[in-house]
Amino acid sequence: MTALVEVNNLSKAFGGVHAVEDVSFSVEAGQVYSVIGPNGAGKTTLFNLITGLYTPTSGDVKLNGESTVRLQPNELAERGMCRTFQQMQICMNMTAMENVMLGRHLTLKSNLLTTLFRLPALTRDEKAAREKATELMEFVGCGEYLNAEASAMSYGALKRLEIARALAAEPKIVLLDEPAAGLNAVETAALEELIRKIAAQGITVMLVEHDMKLVMGISDRLLVLNYGRVLAEGTPEQIRSNPDVIAAYLGG
Amino acid sequence: MFSEFLQYLFTGITIGATYALIALGFTLIYNASHVINFAQGEFLMVGGMATVSLTAMGVPMLLAVVLAVILAGVLGIALQRLAIAPAKNADVVTLIIITIGASIFIRGLAQLVWGKEYHVMANFSSDEPIQVFGAVLNTQSLWVLGVGAILVAVLVYFFTRTLTGKAILATSMNKDAARLVGIRTQVVLMLAFMVSALLGSIAGIVVAPITFTSYDIGIILGLKGFVAAAIGGLGSGMGAVVGGLALGVVEAMAAGYLSSDYKDAVAFSMILLVLFFLPRGLFGAKVVERV
Amino acid sequence: MAQLSQFRLKGLLILAIVIFAVPLFITNPFHYGLATQIALIAGAVVGLNLLVGFAGQISLGHAGFFGLGAYFSAITTSTYGWSAIPALVVGAIGVAIIAWVVGRPILRLKGHYLSMATLAVGFIIAIILNNEREITGGPDGMPVVPFDVFGWELSPFGQYTLFGMEISGDLAWYLFAGVILLVAVWLAQNLIDSPIGRALRSVHGSEVAASVVGVNTAKYKSLVFVISAVYASVMGALYAHYQGFVTPAIAGFDFSIILITMVVLGGMGSTIGVIIGAVVLELLPQLLADFQDMEMVLFGLILMLTMIFMPKGLLPTAANLLAKRRKKSAGGDV
Repeated sequence: MTALVEVNNLSKAFGGVHAVEDVSFSVEAGQVYSVIGPNGAGKTTLFNLITGLYTPTSGDVKLNGESTVRLQPNELAERGMCRTFQQMQICMNMTAMENVMLGRHLTLKSNLLTTLFRLPALTRDEKAAREKATELMEFVGCGEYLNAEASAMSYGALKRLEIARALAAEPKIVLLDEPAAGLNAVETAALEELIRKIAAQGITVMLVEHDMKLVMGISDRLLVLNYGRVLAEGTPEQIRSNPDVIAAYLGG
Repeated sequence: MFSEFLQYLFTGITIGATYALIALGFTLIYNASHVINFAQGEFLMVGGMATVSLTAMGVPMLLAVVLAVILAGVLGIALQRLAIAPAKNADVVTLIIITIGASIFIRGLAQLVWGKEYHVMANFSSDEPIQVFGAVLNTQSLWVLGVGAILVAVLVYFFTRTLTGKAILATSMNKDAARLVGIRTQVVLMLAFMVSALLGSIAGIVVAPITFTSYDIGIILGLKGFVAAAIGGLGSGMGAVVGGLALGVVEAMAAGYLSSDYKDAVAFSMILLVLFFLPRGLFGAKVVERV
Repeated sequence: MAQLSQFRLKGLLILAIVIFAVPLFITNPFHYGLATQIALIAGAVVGLNLLVGFAGQISLGHAGFFGLGAYFSAITTSTYGWSAIPALVVGAIGVAIIAWVVGRPILRLKGHYLSMATLAVGFIIAIILNNEREITGGPDGMPVVPFDVFGWELSPFGQYTLFGMEISGDLAWYLFAGVILLVAVWLAQNLIDSPIGRALRSVHGSEVAASVVGVNTAKYKSLVFVISAVYASVMGALYAHYQGFVTPAIAGFDFSIILITMVVLGGMGSTIGVIIGAVVLELLPQLLADFQDMEMVLFGLILMLTMIFMPKGLLPTAANLLAKRRKKSAGGDV
């Protein structure tokens, strides 16, 4: 089985400081794969490299065997990779529904002509997009916000909304950057359930997370970063018993 | 040939020094508040016009200059207190429109008080130009360059050696942190506008004998200052000086060798060219977007 | 979204009623002239609002495109004898190409650098129009022939029959401009409430968010820049025919500032709002003209105060007030 995401010797330096250094790992389709590590370990930088927001200093990222380091985020989305952000990126100038419908962007076939004159093809397309968005909002637990402005939603709901938007693009893989940050225990439990449901649909999930309980419970494999380097990689059991990880987390 | 070139160079550096001072004013305010102050040129106009009218009333030159600079300083503070501070949460474009409103207002006042005519100011020293390798150098140009150099030196000293200067710098880097260490950021913002107005008015006074002055010279001078600041990279003092001089020289060369009708077009093409290759100007800070 | 579509139609309907009601209140040709100018400029402002209000990209040089459209029509119809509509269409296509070529590199710029670049583009256009005297007439401008459709001329000085009624050329032009404005608004609203419109608004809301779900933000920024430039070009061309004369001032920095001020004053991102902005900003100097020397001071003061106290613009501020009041009275009922 070939890997869905393959990262080879990836490095990123900001003015001489290595945020990510010589990182290699691979994620297979259908896995829940988590990246953990202390603050400043380079987890978000790694996500930004994989999703095309940063260009690596050296090394390579492959998605389905194709090198993606020169591609823009929107080109990665076209290839089935979507993500959420640690600092949520919600369009506050739009409604909750429109934010999710934005996720349908690539699946819509409207052109300037059908748009300007509001031809039936556009109306049909939009209707389908709205139905799909409604379904997804209910799926992530934002059903009560179908008619809300994004700016009127709670923090936890916005985090779920961002996931719905990523799913709307029908990705093969979603990268969730600290989805549980700032959530209470009940919300975190719901999130865990949601990630399981996403994985159950056959969507590969990559996760950056601090909540150990959440990560250990749902991940198939984990990558531990420390000072930008790989400290350990393996199944939750392997990680739990890895002396380096124990030293870094407990002895540090 | 050479004398011709030298002539254009003198003209360019003189006007460039003025642009540099305006650009420094932009930079100061931009650093402190991230506002692009479209009323910056009005400070020059007020400096020049007030000096002309005061001397015409019989006030001695030096006193007239001091009074004009104080007037501009007060105007700078008023602009910050009355127009910028109350609108602190407004959108970037909204702030631009506010400063444009302010500049129209100031221009309108100037027109009421001083009329619509062009005013001529005498050279500070001899009217006899200096001959240098066949080119003529107006003595006023030396004043512009000298005063410009002194102002830049004073600014450098102010920002690196004085507590107030450092406070302004700290506020520009991180407003919240500055507030935490006890800097009164509102006072700092006020100071930035004041210093910027002082700079502008002095520039306006020394250049007035060369360009003449009238109630509406502020618009184009302000815009050129903005161009110079953008060429240098917004927020960079060094960039403002280099950008100003470069703009002045390119303009003078374009006027001399190409066509004076198109000198402004050359200036504006220059900014497009610079931004095409350096989206943040020559010395602009490189920013990594954090997400 | 259902509300948005409803609101869209409601806005268009109200606008139509207002436009067609205006002739009931004015008779003076001067006032018709003013109303016609406002309608044409408002059309350009509706286009600019797509760029500034919805996509969040600043343009301080938009009059350049207005001027290009105006001069292209002026020169091709008056000097070379083209018919008005092909001139307008070819001009718009030309402006679209120019906007696309210029827009690609400068729309990478952010914030004040984008303001600077658009300002520079506007300036360069105005300088060229000012200096190419043999083609444009230079600073004095040039006369423009009336608008014509297959040989039928629309002139403010003509007399026409509409549905059996005799109407003056002023009124005819006003109605024509009003219909054009309605079409401009209808197209703009269709664009906004669509996948393309969402993509545009997401560029304003969060450019990264847009890009990670597949929106090619560079492409959409260019697209909206081109569309808003075409709006300006078409309105500029009509404006030139209506005025019968063009000067480079309509491409200049001052007019660019007036256009963007109309957008901000009326309410960025509100199509009806920016039309109100255009009406207010065009009428204000007329009202202030009586104050003669004080005109400039008052204009600057009013502009400043309005923006300080209503930073969201006239219509959104009014709408907010209304909503609050409604909420209050609704609360009182319970």
